[in-house]
Amino acid sequence: MFDRILIANRGEIACRVIETAQRLGVSTVAVYSDADAGAKHVAMADQAVHIGAAPPSESYLRGERIIAAALQTGAQAIHPGYGFLSENPGFVEAVVAAGLVFIGPSADAIRKMGLKDAAKDLMAAAGVPVVPGYQGADQDAGVLAQAAEKIGYPVLIKAVAGGGGKGMRRVDRAEDFAGSLASCRAEAKGAFGNDAVLIETYIEAPRHIEVQIFGDGRRAVHLFERDCSLQRRHQKVIEEAPAPGMTDVMRQAMGDAAVRAAETIGYSGAGTVEFIVDARDGLRADRFWFMEMNTRLQVEHPVTECITGVDLVAWQLRVASGEDLPARQEDLQLSGHAFEARLYAEDVAAGFLPATGRLAHLAFPMGVRADSGVRSGDVISPHYDPMIAKLIVHGPTRAIALRQLSRALAQCQVAGTVTNLAFLGALAGHEGFARAEVDTGLIARDLEALTELAEVSAQVVAQAALVAAGLERMTGAGVGFALWAPLRRTILLGFGGAELSVVLMSRGPDLCEVELVDGLVRAERIDGRWRFDGMAGHAAFQEGDMVTVFADYGRAFRIIDPLERAAGGAPEAGTLIAAPMPGLVRDVFATVGQEVKSGDRLAVLEAMKMEHALVAVRDGVVAEVLVAAGDQVDAGAVLIRLEEPEDAA
Amino acid sequence: MKLKSQALVGSEAYKANVQGHLEALHLVEAAAALAMAGGGETARARHLGRGKMLPRERVANLLDPGAPFLEVGVTAAHGLYGGAAPCAGVIAGVGRVMGQDVMVVCNDATVKGGTYYPMTVKKHLRAQEIAEENHLPCVYLVDSGGANLPNQDEVFPDRDHFGRIFYNQARMSAKGIAQIAVVMGSCTAGGAYVPAMSDVTIIVREQGTIFLAGPPLVRAATGEVVSAEDLGGGDVHTRLSGVADYLAEDDAHALALARRAVGSLNRVTPVVARDTPELPAYDPEEILGVVPADLRTPYDIREVIARVVDGSRFDEFKPRFGETLVSGFAKIDGYPVGIIANNGVLFSEAAQKGAHFVELCSARRIPLVFLQNITGFMVGRRYENEGIARHGAKMVTAVATTSVPKITMVVGGSFGAGNYGMSGRAYGPRFMWSWPNSRISVMGGAQAAGVLATVKRDALERSGESWSAEEEAAFKEPTVRMFEEQSHPLYASARLWDDGIVDPRMARQVLSLSLSAALNAPIEETRFGVFRM
Repeated sequence: MFDRILIANRGEIACRVIETAQRLGVSTVAVYSDADAGAKHVAMADQAVHIGAAPPSESYLRGERIIAAALQTGAQAIHPGYGFLSENPGFVEAVVAAGLVFIGPSADAIRKMGLKDAAKDLMAAAGVPVVPGYQGADQDAGVLAQAAEKIGYPVLIKAVAGGGGKGMRRVDRAEDFAGSLASCRAEAKGAFGNDAVLIETYIEAPRHIEVQIFGDGRRAVHLFERDCSLQRRHQKVIEEAPAPGMTDVMRQAMGDAAVRAAETIGYSGAGTVEFIVDARDGLRADRFWFMEMNTRLQVEHPVTECITGVDLVAWQLRVASGEDLPARQEDLQLSGHAFEARLYAEDVAAGFLPATGRLAHLAFPMGVRADSGVRSGDVISPHYDPMIAKLIVHGPTRAIALRQLSRALAQCQVAGTVTNLAFLGALAGHEGFARAEVDTGLIARDLEALTELAEVSAQVVAQAALVAAGLERMTGAGVGFALWAPLRRTILLGFGGAELSVVLMSRGPDLCEVELVDGLVRAERIDGRWRFDGMAGHAAFQEGDMVTVFADYGRAFRIIDPLERAAGGAPEAGTLIAAPMPGLVRDVFATVGQEVKSGDRLAVLEAMKMEHALVAVRDGVVAEVLVAAGDQVDAGAVLIRLEEPEDAA
Repeated sequence: MKLKSQALVGSEAYKANVQGHLEALHLVEAAAALAMAGGGETARARHLGRGKMLPRERVANLLDPGAPFLEVGVTAAHGLYGGAAPCAGVIAGVGRVMGQDVMVVCNDATVKGGTYYPMTVKKHLRAQEIAEENHLPCVYLVDSGGANLPNQDEVFPDRDHFGRIFYNQARMSAKGIAQIAVVMGSCTAGGAYVPAMSDVTIIVREQGTIFLAGPPLVRAATGEVVSAEDLGGGDVHTRLSGVADYLAEDDAHALALARRAVGSLNRVTPVVARDTPELPAYDPEEILGVVPADLRTPYDIREVIARVVDGSRFDEFKPRFGETLVSGFAKIDGYPVGIIANNGVLFSEAAQKGAHFVELCSARRIPLVFLQNITGFMVGRRYENEGIARHGAKMVTAVATTSVPKITMVVGGSFGAGNYGMSGRAYGPRFMWSWPNSRISVMGGAQAAGVLATVKRDALERSGESWSAEEEAAFKEPTVRMFEEQSHPLYASARLWDDGIVDPRMARQVLSLSLSAALNAPIEETRFGVFRM
C-alpha cells in the first residue's frame, strides 16, 4: 500500500478518496486552485498544494503542476477522481514517466476506449453486442434501405449533423422508408446544410444500464449493474442499483459482456461499461448493446458500494499498489437496493440553469450517506460543477430504499442558493418511477409535473414572516406588548416572482396572529416550539435578507426592505444586459455607440457546455460594454448597458 | 424577603372581585376600541384610497417588529366634542426603533383631517413633555390640517397651546433630543413648522405637503393659482426649498427612512444596572381577584406588590412604623425600584416615613414607584395639633423635589392631599397610569355633598329655617352624582389627568416599560427644599 497519495481533483470526489485513504492509513495530498483555498477537500487532506488560478485550464487540468506537486510532497501515486484529467492518456503517461503510479487504467486502455467508433468495433470483434446501425459514406438510397432491412424495423433515420429532434424519422415498415428518407434529407439540408444520414435500430423504451467492472490488468470482475435511466438532457439525475426488472439471465449476460470488454483491453482499476437497453418488452438478454466504456470511477459508484459492501476506492488503491483483485466473481453478492440523487445548485424554474452562491446553511439528515465537497458557508463558484452533494440510501428492497430517498430529500436543508431538491423530491415520488417504469425519456415527458412547485402553504409563509421579523427567536415579557390592541406590523416578502405582504399582530412573546391576503394563521409558541395553526413549525434559517423555511424541500423568501424603493427608481427595463447564469463570456459583438435593434445578438455566454446568446430586448444605443471575451462572470453581472438613442445624442 | 399572599384564590370573594374588575375593564375596552377606530369606516376607506397607511399601521411599521409600544392617552378626548375626536386625533407613545426608545406622535387624518382640538394639543404637548423629561428622540408622523378652527380660542393663543409644540421642538433639539418629522400628508399653516423645526425631515412624494398657506388661501391673497404639489410638495421641498431632506416614494419607504434616521442618531443611553428579570412568584392575573372591586373595602397592598415585583421579593423599609404607608425596595423586570404604597389613610408617622424613604431612594438614585390608593391625610384635632400638615408637607416636599424618576399608578382611590403626597399629576411623575376601578377627586362624593350640606344647614339654621332630611338628601344627590361621574378614570383620562388607563394584569409590564423609558435620562443629584421639621 502507498504511504502517501495525491488527489488530482476537488469537491466531493476528492473528499471521498481522502476518506478511504485515511481509513487505510494513507497520507493524502490535496491540490487546489485560487477558488478552492478554503475548500473542504483542502481542509480534509494532510497537505495541500496550490496549483493555479480558478479556471480548470489553469489548475486542475495542469498535469505538469499536479505531477510536480506529487513529487514535491513525496506522494507515490495520483488518484484522478472523475472528470478533469481522469481519462487523459497523456497525463497517465506523464505520471508514469515521473516515476509515480496512476491510480486507474493504463494510457493504452484509455485510448482504446476513448475513440467511440473504434471502441465499438473493438467490442464487436470481442463478441460484445453493439447497437445495430449504419453510418457509411455511401448515402445511396438503395444502400440505406438495405441497411435498414438488415438492422430490422423499426429504425431511426438520423441526420448526421442533427440535433434538437430535427432531422429524425422513425420508420416502422420497409415501404415507408424511401419517403421518410427523402423528407428527412430535405429537413436536414434546410436546417444543417448537410443531408447525410445514419440509420440505427429504433429503441422504443431505451434504458441506460451500466455495469461496474474492476480489473487488475489481467482479470476482471463485475460488481453488478446500475440503472441510470433517469436523465435530463443526458445528465444523470437519480441512479439506482440493481436495475429494476433485472433477471439473472440478463445480469449474467451483461456482466459477462462487461468483463469481456474489460479483459479485452487489459483493464486495470475501476471502470464502467455502459449499455443501451431496449426495454419495450422488459429486460431481455438479446436487447442490450454496448455504448461506451468510462475508464474511471463514476459519480454514481456509491450505489454499487451500497449493494456490494465494497469500498471501490479502497480497491482502487489496493490494485494500483500492486495487489491482486480483492475478490473473485463468486465472492461478490448483491444485497438490497440503493439510490443516489444528485443535488445541484441550479435554478429549475429557469430551465435548470446552474446557480452559484454561498451555502448559508447546509445539513443532511442522519442515517443517509451524503457525499459532499461543500460545507455550510462554502461557496458554489461559477468555475466548477455546481454539485452540492450526492444523497445515497440503501434499503432491503427498492420500495423501501425509494421511501428512504424521499424522506432524505425532504429532510435536506439547503439555504443560500436555489437547488434541484424539489425536482428530485418530485422524481422520487413519481408513480411511474415507483413502479420501476424507467426509461431515459421519463423526465422529458413529465417535466412539467416534475418541476411544478406545490403552492406554498399559509403556515409556511407565516413562519417565514415570523422569522423575518425576528419574532421567532424573541423572548421576554415586553415582546408584542401593546395596551389595548396589537400593532399591525407589515412584513414584505419576495417569493418566486411575487411580493407577499404579511401583517404580524404580536400578542405577547408566545402568540402572534399572522394575516395573509387570504386568511389568518395563528402562531403560538408552546414549550419553546412554534406551532402554526396547531402544526409544528419547520426548521428555518435566516441570513441577511434571506429566510429559508425547510418545508417542501426548502422555501426561500427574501425580506424586502422598503428602502430598496429608492426615490428616483430603477433603470428602465431592458437597458441592462446581464448574465442569466455564471459563465464565460465567449464573444462580445456590441461596441459602444452602436445602434441596436430588439433581438440583436450582443454577446455570447458559455456556461455548462452550452452557449447562450444575449440579445437586446429593446432598441437602443450601446452606452457601455463592461466585459470582454474571456471574462468569467457571475449570474446577474451586467455585461452591457443600453440607452435611449436621444440620451446618447 | 418573599411576600406571602393571604388571598384565597378561587373563593367567592375572589370571584366577585374578578367580576367587578372585568366590568370596569369592559367600559375601558369599549372606549379604547372607539379610540382605535379613529375617524370611522368612511374616513378610513378614503384615507386608504389615497394610498396612505392608516395611522396605527404607520406607527407599527415605524417600530421594531415585536417591540413593546407604551401608548399614552389612548382614551384622551373620550366623550368630549360629542365624540368627534377619538384618541384626541393623534396617537402618541413610547416605542422602540432600531433598538432605541423613541416618542412617536402620529396625527390621525381620519379624525377631522388631523386638525388640533384642545385635547389634541394637550396630548401632543404631553407627549413632548414625556420625551423631554426622559430624553426620548421624537418622531412626528405628520398628517394634519393644523388648528381646528371652530376651537381656535382654545388651541391657539395660550402658553400651553399650539405654539408650544414648536417651542418644545426647538428646546429639545437644543438639549440634543432628536426631532424627526415624516410628512405623510398635509402640514398646513402652523403645522408647517413641525417639519420645518425638525432636525431631519422626510416627505412622501405626491402626498406630503408643507406650506404656510394652502392653494385656496394663496389664490385669495395674491391671485396666484398653484397646485398643492407645486406649492409645497415633496419634490419642491427636497429639491428647491430645502424644507425637507429626504423624498420618500410612499408611506412604507418614508417609515423605513425614518428608522434609518433614528439608527444614525449616535445616541448613548445611560448604562442602567438591571438584573435578570424574574417573574413574580404570584401570577399577575390574580390581581383582579385579590384587589376588592369596591374601593371602600380595605385590603393589604402587599397583595398587589407580590404580583408586580420580581420573585415577589420585597425588602420592606420601616415595616413597624407608620404602617398605613408601605415602603420598600424591589425589582420590577430587573429594574431596581423603591415602592411607596398605601395601606390606609396617611398619619403623621406614615408621612414622615414616606419622606424618609424618598430621601433614601434619592440618595441611591433608585426610581420610585407610587401605588396610590389613598383617601387622604387623617383629619381631626389630635392630628392637626400634632402637626400632620407639617409632616404631610415633608412628604410632599420630598416627592416634589426628588430628582429620581417617579412612576405613579392609581390602583384605587386618589383623593385630596393624599394625591399630592403620593405623586399625583401635579408632582411631575414621568408617567401616571390608572386602573379601571380607580377614582380620583378632591374628596369622596358623599363627603363633598356632606360638607356642602353642612354649610347650607348652618346657614339655614342661622336664619331660623328648618331643613328636612328629604330636602338634604335631594340637595346632596347632584353633588354625589357629579363626583361619581368626574372621578371615573375615563373622565380623568379623557382630560389627560393621567397617561392612560391600564389593565391591572399588565401593571408590571407597564411599570417596566415606564422605567425603561425613564432611564433614558440620567438620574441627576437631588437637592431637596426646606423640610418643615
